[in-house]
Amino acid sequence: MSDSTKTATDVADDEIDFQELYDAAPRQKFRFSWTGWIGVIVVTFWFLIAILGPFIAPYGENDLPYPDAYSEFQVPTAKALLGTDVDDRDILSRIIYGAGRTIGISLAATILAYLVGVSLGVTAAVSGRWIDMGLSRVNDAFLSLPTIMLGLVVIAAVGSSLTVLIFTAGLIYATIVFRISRALAMDIMVQDYVEAARARGEGLWWIIRKEIWPNAAMPMISDFGLRLIYVILFVAGLSFLGLGVQPPAADWGNMVRENLGALQHVPYEACPYPKNAAGEDNWLCGIGTKFAVLAPALAISTLTVSINLIVDDLSSYAGGKLTKGM
Amino acid sequence: MWSMILRRIGIGIVTMFAVSVIIFCGTRILPGDAAQIRLGQEATETNLAAFRKELGLDRPAHVQYFSWVKDTLSGDLGVSLASDVPVTDLIRDRYKNTLYVSAVTAVIGVPLSVLLGILAAMFPGGIYDRVVTFISVTLVSAPEFFLATLLVLIFAFYFNFTSAVVVGGVEGKTFLEILRHFFLPIMALCMIIAAQLIRMTRAAVLNVMSSPYVEMAILKGVPRKRIIMRHALFNAIGPIVNVIALNLAYLISGVVIIEVFFAYSGLATLMVQGVQTRDYNLIQVLGMLFCCVYIILMLIADIASIVSNPRLRHPR
Amino acid sequence: MSEAAKNPDTDNVILDVRNLRIIARREDGSTLNIVEEIDFTVKRGEVIALIGESGSGKTTISLAALGYAKPGLEFADGEVFLNGRDVLDLDRHGLRNLRGREVAYLAQSAAATFNPSITIGEQVTESAVLHGIKTQEEATKKAIELYHALELPDPEQLGSRYPHQVSGGQLQRLMAAMALCGDPDLLVLDEPTTALDVTTQIEVLKAFKTVIREQGAAAIYVTHDLAVVAQVADHIVVLYDGKIQEAGTTDQIVNSPGHDYTRRLMSAVRPTPSSDLASAKQEETDAGPAMEVKDVTAGYGRNLDGSPKVTVLRDINVKIERGHVVGVIGESGCGKSTLARVMAGLLPASQGDVLLDGESLPKTVRERSRDQLRRVQFIFQMADTALNPRHNIREIVGRPLEFYRGIRGRERTDKVAELLQMVDLEPDMMSRLPSELSGGQKQRVALARALAADAEVLLCDEVTSALDTIVGAAVIKLLRRLRDKLGVSYVFISHDLSTVASFADEVVVLYAGRVVEQGPVKEILSPPYHPYTRLLIASVPELRIGWLEDTMGTREAMAGIAGAVDLNAPGCPFSERCPLAIPGTCDVEVPPNRVDESGEHIIACHIEFSGLEREQTAV
Repeated sequence: MSDSTKTATDVADDEIDFQELYDAAPRQKFRFSWTGWIGVIVVTFWFLIAILGPFIAPYGENDLPYPDAYSEFQVPTAKALLGTDVDDRDILSRIIYGAGRTIGISLAATILAYLVGVSLGVTAAVSGRWIDMGLSRVNDAFLSLPTIMLGLVVIAAVGSSLTVLIFTAGLIYATIVFRISRALAMDIMVQDYVEAARARGEGLWWIIRKEIWPNAAMPMISDFGLRLIYVILFVAGLSFLGLGVQPPAADWGNMVRENLGALQHVPYEACPYPKNAAGEDNWLCGIGTKFAVLAPALAISTLTVSINLIVDDLSSYAGGKLTKGM
Repeated sequence: MWSMILRRIGIGIVTMFAVSVIIFCGTRILPGDAAQIRLGQEATETNLAAFRKELGLDRPAHVQYFSWVKDTLSGDLGVSLASDVPVTDLIRDRYKNTLYVSAVTAVIGVPLSVLLGILAAMFPGGIYDRVVTFISVTLVSAPEFFLATLLVLIFAFYFNFTSAVVVGGVEGKTFLEILRHFFLPIMALCMIIAAQLIRMTRAAVLNVMSSPYVEMAILKGVPRKRIIMRHALFNAIGPIVNVIALNLAYLISGVVIIEVFFAYSGLATLMVQGVQTRDYNLIQVLGMLFCCVYIILMLIADIASIVSNPRLRHPR
Repeated sequence: MSEAAKNPDTDNVILDVRNLRIIARREDGSTLNIVEEIDFTVKRGEVIALIGESGSGKTTISLAALGYAKPGLEFADGEVFLNGRDVLDLDRHGLRNLRGREVAYLAQSAAATFNPSITIGEQVTESAVLHGIKTQEEATKKAIELYHALELPDPEQLGSRYPHQVSGGQLQRLMAAMALCGDPDLLVLDEPTTALDVTTQIEVLKAFKTVIREQGAAAIYVTHDLAVVAQVADHIVVLYDGKIQEAGTTDQIVNSPGHDYTRRLMSAVRPTPSSDLASAKQEETDAGPAMEVKDVTAGYGRNLDGSPKVTVLRDINVKIERGHVVGVIGESGCGKSTLARVMAGLLPASQGDVLLDGESLPKTVRERSRDQLRRVQFIFQMADTALNPRHNIREIVGRPLEFYRGIRGRERTDKVAELLQMVDLEPDMMSRLPSELSGGQKQRVALARALAADAEVLLCDEVTSALDTIVGAAVIKLLRRLRDKLGVSYVFISHDLSTVASFADEVVVLYAGRVVEQGPVKEILSPPYHPYTRLLIASVPELRIGWLEDTMGTREAMAGIAGAVDLNAPGCPFSERCPLAIPGTCDVEVPPNRVDESGEHIIACHIEFSGLEREQTAV
């Protein structure tokens, strides 16, 4: 093979003038758009709050800023920056404590969903027809139930606790993860480069690790974000229905439920000065008494919308193969 | 084509049975049986056993299952364990609220959203498209009660248009009265389905609009209106019907949250009460009801995509 | 229809493109010239060919005649006069009136350009009716005339059918009907025959040429295939990288090309298959064949008795001598790729044996030993998808070294560099990803990966089909050099007879999953032929003006019309298209394998060698 350079030049001479034209621009490196950056900042903010919660909250989650007064739905003051809730507690502190619980449960459930869903999904994709058929049929049956109904039935049967919530949400969403990871793995399995690896005689594990995984990672990460959004909404929904995190523990969903009363009638004590010194309407009396409902609802929305902004960037880079509707 | 549709219907029926097994197992096999709940504090070993016998809970699981299926199919839905009232009566009192609100939502929300979606797809990248897309992305990922809170704040609090809760039902009201009475829940539900529906309709139409045959139509000098009405929409109808059915199915979880939020009595609130009081009979019946509606909508979605495929409609 | 011409030339000029520049705008706002300094004219009754490789901008230029730029592209400079009016100045309304009335477009893939849910008739007549050129009745009548002219089956009923109910070749011709229905002054044909099999291509070409001549329309014909151009064009414009390299009459360009690039194109054109072309016979060795396929039947799915649900290959016998190239040829769907997959062990044969060096190979990859796997390597058609987009070149080429030969670390890197040099790639490409390479470079990497295994037999599945002519020719050259140097054997699968003819030692002709003829390339390319081989040879366009006319009248060309191939039909699968078919015999009985005196040339036919020879030399 020592003469290989010599022959290379022999052929190269007629290729000097006209280079082959590239048909597509090389792939670009991943970059966040400005909306993506907003998402990253907000999500980081909430995750920090979730982790540092107990250290930065001004009060304990069930402490009263005004222990001596009747202070339901109090408007924001220096003592309680977001006002107080139906049971006179500090809303800001409850939001901060709730962050840890809401995010923690959802994240744990999504990770569980991924562990179960991906391992079964990839198993179904790479193993024989019968295992695949069996797994897929069982999965279809679960998928043909509305998630919230499935959640209600399970909680009716076993009651509600943190573990139950995590496992219920995790297993329900594992069905969808199963479907997606199976489809993705099947899609990659029929690619020529996997066929080439099979023809080479590579083992199944090597193929999963080296051929499938690097190509599935990006879409999977972006789907993880999407799944996290749905799990957050699911857990918050259950808590809102009174079937998730149980009071007095704070959770963004059950905070909305507890304080729904603020939307109807607000006691006079909540805003004792409807007019300010100049005789104008005190704007805080309008919106300030609603913070008890608005703040947790807004907290969830900013978190989920921000995750979605990140996912949008990721999925447009990954080629948008996974439909958001799944 | 017909064989495929029949096959799909067959799968739907099998799925319903599978779902009934899941619901039955979920409610009966797991700990804390109906007798215990019914008797509550008064439960002693002897009267529990007697009561189990009376309810038929001492029989093997599969016997219980089949007798439940038989009773349900013959219209005997059993008695609510919490209130001792026949489940049929409980449902009769409330189903109209849920049904009417959902129906009105579908009648108003679906055509409007489809139209908005098509408009967004006709001028992709335009200012209208971007605004609509941004709003629907936000609404899709925000929880239902956030939307409801905003609506209450805007309409009930600032405009004093209506009250934050809905008192009373649909009984004896005209369409317009229902619309006004249930203004906020209907509005909220409309926006919930609109968020998904606009996005998915837009995607379905855009997908068709970027196909080579639409480009060909442009190059044939076909006017824009005809391209959309004859070439694009015709091929997008299947996907759009599919999307509509899917979104009506998603509506179920929206209904649960919205009924609880606005505190009016419907089937979803009944279901939540059932879960809170662990009223198994009620949960089974309502669970089956919601799941059947869901499965039927999914079935319609699938059939829509089969029927809309010209290869299947006009076989060789 | 033409208005008063403002341009100096004559009334006869239909299209006049002047100094056209089209740009693409990148995301960061900078621009990129896609085509520039484009000048050419098309006169009435004339066909101009735009020829170039992929990325040369030929389609972009042709679409400018319709005032259309693909999404992302913009017209930057220049004028495009159609019937004396600059189409680039027209508003949307003006353009709509122009398209379909004065200029009509034929796209590359008819299957995608027909709306699947509208009947053929409506789509063909739509443009003419909408523009008020014809009433619906007139347009329908014209359409039926065109169906007749284009030799489409059942013209009266065709209009009420849906696009998926007719074949690809018919759709391609229907697109011509669609374009011609409104009597346009100018036709733009964008690679209209590229996606077709050769035997179908000749039919479509024939129809186009006749119809264009009868209608007296002018046409722009976009293609990368010089041989096709020579048949239809009056003038040729040669493009490279968005610029015109050379323009002139077809006679000038074909017979005395002036520009280097044109000469390169010409030299890369697949030569016409003929027996003179056959490479010198390789020396026989006593060691026996490197690989052998014995009585193999294979397919997809499995019935209870173990036979495949869809049988793709039937009773295949092929011998691959050491250092020889065995060409496997046939149209799409004939089972040629399946044969390679069976040999590689990717698809287990339901019957028969694959022998390597006289030893029977286990049927599947899983059962074969690592050494058996190493000795037979597979090279895919699409290098794009055969290389994992997330692995760099070092990993791709290095893996077989490590996997089969246990070479690791520095030694592995050195070896990869050596292999890359062997396939004419720079060793410093090693850390690149496949997406950073051109199509030809990717195919070379795939080849290096196969060589890394130190293989004895390389299964090449259409390795040059996805490449441009020049690039493909260079890859073939490389394959030939490697064979001489390393003594490897190839199974070279292709639908392109001329490539096979110039490269192979032995040829196997497949039709509908059966071998219809096989033998040394010299025998295959001279009479007697199997009637199907004869059709294949006759269908390959020659780089000679007038070839199409010469071929049009022959009996073989008549047989070109492809029906749906039924893999399970009784008798000879080719009997429906065969000009020599004997009714009552060929469509009922499986034809016997006839062997000549040398024992090397086999034809599966009911007619004997002498009979075939008599028929085929007489014409």
